[in-house]
Amino acid sequence: MSLKSKSISSKISLNEDERLKKISPLRVLLNRPELGALGGSILVFIFFGIVAGDTGMFSAYGMLNFLDVSANLGIIAIAAAMLMIGGEFDLSIGSMIGFAGICIAIPAIYWGWPLWMSIVFAFAMAVLVGYFNGIMVVKTGLPSFIVTLAMLFILRGLTLAITRLITGRTQVPGLRVLIEDDPLAWLFATDTFKWLFTWLGSLKLIELRTDGTPLATGIPPSVIWFIALTLFATWILMKTRYGNWIFASGGDKVGATNVGVPVGRVKISLFIGTAVASTIFACIQVLDAGSADTMRGTLKELEAIAAAVVGGCLLTGGYGSAIGAAFGAIIFGTVSMGIFYTDIDTDWFKVFLGAMMLIAVVFNNYIRKKVTESK
Amino acid sequence: MSDYLVQFNNISKFFGKVIALKDVTMRLKKGEIMCLLGDNGAGKSTLIKTLAGVHKPDEGEIIFEDNKIVFDSPKDALDIGIGTVYQDLALVPLMSVTRNFFMGREPQKGIPFLKTFDVETANKIAADRMGQIGIDVRDPSQAVGTMSGGERQCLAISRAIYFGAKVLVLDEPTSALGVHQASMVLKYIVKAASEGLAVILITHNVHHAYPVGNSFTVLNRGKSMGTFQKKDISREKLLSMMAGGEELDKLEVELQEMDRIHNKN
Repeated sequence: MSLKSKSISSKISLNEDERLKKISPLRVLLNRPELGALGGSILVFIFFGIVAGDTGMFSAYGMLNFLDVSANLGIIAIAAAMLMIGGEFDLSIGSMIGFAGICIAIPAIYWGWPLWMSIVFAFAMAVLVGYFNGIMVVKTGLPSFIVTLAMLFILRGLTLAITRLITGRTQVPGLRVLIEDDPLAWLFATDTFKWLFTWLGSLKLIELRTDGTPLATGIPPSVIWFIALTLFATWILMKTRYGNWIFASGGDKVGATNVGVPVGRVKISLFIGTAVASTIFACIQVLDAGSADTMRGTLKELEAIAAAVVGGCLLTGGYGSAIGAAFGAIIFGTVSMGIFYTDIDTDWFKVFLGAMMLIAVVFNNYIRKKVTESK
Repeated sequence: MSDYLVQFNNISKFFGKVIALKDVTMRLKKGEIMCLLGDNGAGKSTLIKTLAGVHKPDEGEIIFEDNKIVFDSPKDALDIGIGTVYQDLALVPLMSVTRNFFMGREPQKGIPFLKTFDVETANKIAADRMGQIGIDVRDPSQAVGTMSGGERQCLAISRAIYFGAKVLVLDEPTSALGVHQASMVLKYIVKAASEGLAVILITHNVHHAYPVGNSFTVLNRGKSMGTFQKKDISREKLLSMMAGGEELDKLEVELQEMDRIHNKN
């Protein structure tokens, strides 16, 4: 400490030489919010590499498996992270997933809408829900925790009630046949890079079925969405004016307002973002399973927030990164699937999830103190 | 054509029955530092908010460069060049110097709809501006939280000037600072004034105000006790004009009285 206080006393004079603290590249790296999650991901891969290296977890098929799970979580985690950086929470993510699912399934199956129209309808509902969450938080000044907790119950209840009212059940199957030839559904239901896998299969580099086709047929749509959203969110946060407004809104609402940042608009748009991300999640899952389930997405909001926190987002807002949240999702996805390849009972996954989050929060807290340490 | 850059003539502000300000007049020339002195509750905050366009005055007029002006919002005041630096500074500690400097007014480049925040230019301007006031920001991406209180104050002032302030309204810029930090801020204020800005320095600290001010307006219970040029008034006189002065005199007399009674017994 003594060394520090000496070197940082004040920088008023221009002959600064001994007054400026030398910052090593390592320190700069340490100050990045995503560092913890990146390190965590590497540790997780090393762990499973040792414990489950020879079990097929790291075959093409096994990897796509845990990447798919990570990617699905990542899609909502990134939106949750952006909202958290903007200083708010969304606990209605999970319920929105279920709600979006039946918004796709019921019109398509029971009302005879074309599938693309029900998908558009689901996204329109998402924008409405997000807008409502946002406007409630901004106009009332209530904590988003309470407003979106209410929305969690409302949406889940609506999903159940409407589905049972219209269908008499809690599941709506029969979507798979509608995917083919739909102008929109392919966006959420197409495996890509099939040629690559066929090619790798023909070279016998990846596992094959008995009929000679590769076991892993292509990159699932979730992974493509996940990568695209990570890049897009990072670009917004780091490279655009709107990104700066997100940090400012979460960092200091009053200050940001005083210098002309439209804090209310920023927050509302971020709430719309989480609802839309939930709907992307729902589209992928519903079209993959071919059915909508009223309970789909339960507890997903907490996993998304956990991934964002592990990814370096502060619960108080104003700090975090989309790449961090992406790595947070990869950690959870990898562990939740990887645990099947080990001798460890899967019951332990939740223990791991909680412990990981606790470590992350302590670490983040320490980093924040470092960053804002006053001289 | 008057000599004054900005004039606040007979400004009054009422909140219901409460008279927050009554007939306050302040006139500033370019390069002048006017210190607005007053104890807590004297109406300083109300006056600042009136200058900044947050409140509309109920009586009186604001004349800027010989034009009568009515502010409908703080943005109007900003647009004509009245830059207010509030006590909270509107800085986000977790964000970098550059991101704070341009918060809400980020320079952009690129094609429409895909415009990006021009970080390189912004970094350069921020480092350059901070350098001009002798704060060497080697790394403009460092968090503002790592800067000292005085440096933050200077950053906020520098930002207001960069974005076109001709009149700077500073709300207690030195109140939370130590001696060294305060003098650094005061030095910068003098420098800004010497470059042609008019500065309204709001403070309750006569010792900070007296060395830098050209004129002094004392506010007491919502009324102006007058504006004095530096040569016409002493530091002690100023101090006693603020409500605190009289009170302290009274206190002194009372204490002497108590002493006398005590000695008698």
